[in-house]
Amino acid sequence: MKPGRFTALVVAGMAVSGCGGIQNALGGQAVQSRDFVSLFAVFMVVCTVMYFVTVGTLMWAVFRRRRATEACTVETGRHEVSAPGSRTALVVWTTLIAVGLSALAVASFFTDRSLAAAARSPKLAITVTANQWWWDVQYTPDNPSHIIRTANELHLPVGVPAEITLKSNDVIHSFWIPNLAGKQDVIPGRVTDAQILPRQIGQYRGQCAEFCGTEHANMALDVTVESMADFKKWAAAQLQPAIAPTTPLAAAGFNYVTTRQCSVCHNITGTPANGQLGPDLTHLASRKTIAAGTLPLTRGNLYGWVADPQSQKPGSQMPTMQIAPQDLHAIVAYLETLK
Amino acid sequence: MTLRHVFADDVSELPTNAFSHRSLTWWGVIGFMVIEGTAFGLVFATYFFLMSHEQHWAPQPLLPPNPLAGTLFTIIILATEIPNTMIKKAAEKYDLATVRRLLPWMVGVPLLLFVLRGFEFNSLNVNWYDNAYGSVLWALLVLHTTHIGTDWVDTVVLWRLMMTPHGEEPRRFSDIDENSLYWRFVWLAWLPIYLLIYLVPRLFR
Amino acid sequence: MTPAEKAKAPPTTVPRDGPDLTGPELEARLHRTWARPRGLIGWLSSVDHKEIGVRYVVTALIFFAMAGLLALHMRLQLARPESNLMTPELYNETFTMHGSTMMFLFAVPVMQGMQIYLTPLMAGTRNMAFPRLTAFSYWMYLSGGLMLWISHVMNISPDNGWFSYVPLAGPQFSPGKRADVWAQMITFTEVAALAVAVTLTTTILKQRAPGMTLARMPIFLWSTLVTSVMVIFSMPSVALASSMLISDRSVGTQFFNPAENGDALLWQHLFWFFGHPEVYIIFLPGTAFVSEIVVTFCRRSIHGYSVVALSLVATGILAFGLWVHHMFATGLPRVGYSFFTAASMSVAIPTGLQIFCWIATMWEGRPRLTVPMLYVIGFIFTFVIGGLSGVIIASVPLDLQLTDTYFIVAHLHYVLIGGGVFPLIGAITYWFPKVTGRMMSERMGKIAFWALFLGFQLAFFPMHISGLMGMPRRVFTYPAGMGLELPNMLSTIGAFVVAAAVLLFVVNLVNSLFRGVPAGPNPWDAPSLEWAASSPPAPYNFPHIPVVESRTPLWDADGSLRVVHGLRVEEPELLLTTVVSATPDIREPGVAPSPWPFLSTIATAVVFVCSIFSPWALVFGIVPAGIALTAWFWPKKPPPEGEPVIV
Repeated sequence: MKPGRFTALVVAGMAVSGCGGIQNALGGQAVQSRDFVSLFAVFMVVCTVMYFVTVGTLMWAVFRRRRATEACTVETGRHEVSAPGSRTALVVWTTLIAVGLSALAVASFFTDRSLAAAARSPKLAITVTANQWWWDVQYTPDNPSHIIRTANELHLPVGVPAEITLKSNDVIHSFWIPNLAGKQDVIPGRVTDAQILPRQIGQYRGQCAEFCGTEHANMALDVTVESMADFKKWAAAQLQPAIAPTTPLAAAGFNYVTTRQCSVCHNITGTPANGQLGPDLTHLASRKTIAAGTLPLTRGNLYGWVADPQSQKPGSQMPTMQIAPQDLHAIVAYLETLK
Repeated sequence: MTLRHVFADDVSELPTNAFSHRSLTWWGVIGFMVIEGTAFGLVFATYFFLMSHEQHWAPQPLLPPNPLAGTLFTIIILATEIPNTMIKKAAEKYDLATVRRLLPWMVGVPLLLFVLRGFEFNSLNVNWYDNAYGSVLWALLVLHTTHIGTDWVDTVVLWRLMMTPHGEEPRRFSDIDENSLYWRFVWLAWLPIYLLIYLVPRLFR
Repeated sequence: MTPAEKAKAPPTTVPRDGPDLTGPELEARLHRTWARPRGLIGWLSSVDHKEIGVRYVVTALIFFAMAGLLALHMRLQLARPESNLMTPELYNETFTMHGSTMMFLFAVPVMQGMQIYLTPLMAGTRNMAFPRLTAFSYWMYLSGGLMLWISHVMNISPDNGWFSYVPLAGPQFSPGKRADVWAQMITFTEVAALAVAVTLTTTILKQRAPGMTLARMPIFLWSTLVTSVMVIFSMPSVALASSMLISDRSVGTQFFNPAENGDALLWQHLFWFFGHPEVYIIFLPGTAFVSEIVVTFCRRSIHGYSVVALSLVATGILAFGLWVHHMFATGLPRVGYSFFTAASMSVAIPTGLQIFCWIATMWEGRPRLTVPMLYVIGFIFTFVIGGLSGVIIASVPLDLQLTDTYFIVAHLHYVLIGGGVFPLIGAITYWFPKVTGRMMSERMGKIAFWALFLGFQLAFFPMHISGLMGMPRRVFTYPAGMGLELPNMLSTIGAFVVAAAVLLFVVNLVNSLFRGVPAGPNPWDAPSLEWAASSPPAPYNFPHIPVVESRTPLWDADGSLRVVHGLRVEEPELLLTTVVSATPDIREPGVAPSPWPFLSTIATAVVFVCSIFSPWALVFGIVPAGIALTAWFWPKKPPPEGEPVIV
């Protein structure tokens, strides 16, 4: 069986064996993560063999039948005598280890080359800025009037190599979408980057993977890999300014959000709200989750989040403010229109 | 099963004091020198690591440190090696009189060094809180000052000890010998620090 | 008399051990000379390495249990998705306390404690080289541990992980005192560990029994020497890093602030330059326990002594070249990473050689499956999994998926528990008769072993899976519906099985202390010198200093033991030998019990703790600390009479 076939089978086996998740390193849904799965399979095979050889030899040594007189022990007066052939055994053992490790190092090297090749000539440029505890996402094409700004979500066209420039506004975070690629730390004062070439359409989840404080566990992002057509539709919608409110309740909400505290931190394009400290809300209602993946986007969760973010995500940078019930209704009604 | 003892060598004639690697405390001093040397080495590595991020070192618009006080300091600390070596040799010969006569030099001259060190801090042309360059320069100088400080206190204590009747005990001469050894480490460690503070920031402006 | 006059004076008659003074009468007089005073002051003044070693191990095991309870709390929180048993703040403090306690207050101190107890006995001498420094180390260690746990009770415990990355732990993102508590705990424990390392190194180089050349000393002493040198070279790095952190936080230096020419990665380099050797500092003594146990219970010398000794040295050296493998995700140049991948894989080779030698020893000998041997076998089954998962993450492409996930949590526990705790429990069981004069219960020991071994696999194997399935580290909860429920629940169950096993081990320990079968000096018929001392050993260890002619002195002894004679009896005295050939060289005065190590710790501890609140503490605190240290050093009485020979 050809090695490529074999690995593909192992990969498929792993993928099939209940490993079909949205945040799964064995998913292999991009070139980078697929390289991981293949290499991991190779390592697993070699390491499993090494393990069973070791414990097998151990058990043999402990339980083998031997006559009392043949052992080289203090009782037989030969406690410093070595078994014949032990030098050869040592050489064989060491050679096996060295050869095994070298083979794995070479395999790892080839995967490195493959990943480097996939990273050349990216076609889509995205900048992700990590904050405590949310992701600021900006699509940066050559044309400045086509910059898209969103938060806690990523849309990627399938088959298009994307390069994601990573920055941090505060502490060290780590950008990780296991189904698609390995992680890349995001370090304040430095610019790092990640490359992703998605190969399979689907919905995935990324999560911060470097401890970054109280709500590190609640810093996720929704990743949608879609066809080029769907991506273009999404991008076009994102480029539109915020939809104007059509109902009186939503208009009241619009007034509140764009003139009161909300506008200090949040930006809603096409309205007076242009705060830069928090996630962009222009197309909030088109997302799947809020608060960086902490809560699904539902009416109830919007109420809960706006009314009391500290109870949903204690320590989060969004303060709990006293909002009168009628204002709350208005705000949620308005936010729901921001598709 | 109690073992029967079979008597071999008689060790009663062995000496009870010796110098250098035959002395237990010498190994302790070497151990601490290695620890502190490693720490200094890591600060040097930190210095070069931070420097590698910069286009200019000293970072503009800072001036590099003024070398006058530091150079005087270096000359004087190197000069202290003269009485230091004389004390070390005297100790190895159990010459109490010479040790008592010369130790005050090792107590007094460092006071001058401390004064010069004060001027050195003033000559750095940067504060420890200004930037990482300032922080690492101050760190080097503070660490070395602590180094001299602790050895000076050791020397003062030993000097007072040698002036008492305890000074006649053979063990005290090993202490003097090892203290002199440590002083060599103090000025040896200073030499690369001097270069890192006064020379390197002039080379890479 | 001047020294020169003393050199010429005739020797007076001084009682010395030898053919004329031996047996019970000698032992009674040596006992009077070496035993410390009774009472609280005597207890605080002890400089007996055996007492200090036991204190270290007992204290470390208590911290182990406390950190273990924290782990159980975390496992209860993680047993179900989106649980709110613990708030995120409490969880973050808990995993920080768990990691910091296990690494700084348990793993290294317990290994050093065993080394402190065993080294003079195995080397054939009467005490450590610097007894008061050893006592000081213990008190410093205890102070650091108390400070950390008192901070936990007071709710100002650190909460940034045991590794305290910046800028999170810096002044901007961690206001308050939590991060400073962490940094000062480091200062305490590193000072303690460094002092012990220097003492152990000196003891092994200068106080080995006559005839015990480096090539004849037990593998345990090789490992102690190697790990002590590793401590000396690695711990200054974390001490420096934590000092820079305190300085950034308290006086405004900018080491780690990228806005002012500093670098957050500087922390990681300094921390991991220490952090990687640290894990080998924990692992290598584990391998040494294994070597000693295997020799005794397979009834033969270690196969390939030179290979094992050189493997220890090679591992110790290589360990310093691996640290960047903790930083593969930080975006450093890939070319540099390849070196660290190669080095990280190569370090498996010396360990593989040691494993070969153990298996060969078992092959050639006749293994007896006592409880310590069971732990040896459990160690190989478990540690090798951890070692192989380590090979996996040595590869950069693999590490980029697996780092900072539960796969690493699995790996680290497999190597630290498999490679450290399993041999440790086997070693405690093995040397328990020497320390206490009683045997532990074999039956209870076997039950505890199986519970620990199986419980461990149940607790930690599923973590490989949850890591692969996308669960990052250091998260107080995880979303439902991602398939993480099952592995986490299994881990929680396993953790409680482990806790039960540890409890059973402790019950066995305590019970055997009072009701264990009494043991003679050498109940296992082991070959090394500590088994020639009584059980428990007398304060002076050996009535006469032994002479050694092989690697397995007691097996080659035929009921008799060659000894030197001529050491003083009325004043404590021990023998220094030369470094390489171990020829008798100097008669070294022993050190009397002294309260100054304890008092110096109090002075120093006050300085360190107060400096959390103000940097001026360092300036003012120098005075009392200096006084205590001077009093410590100042000779209390003149040297004994009748010492004519000085060379």
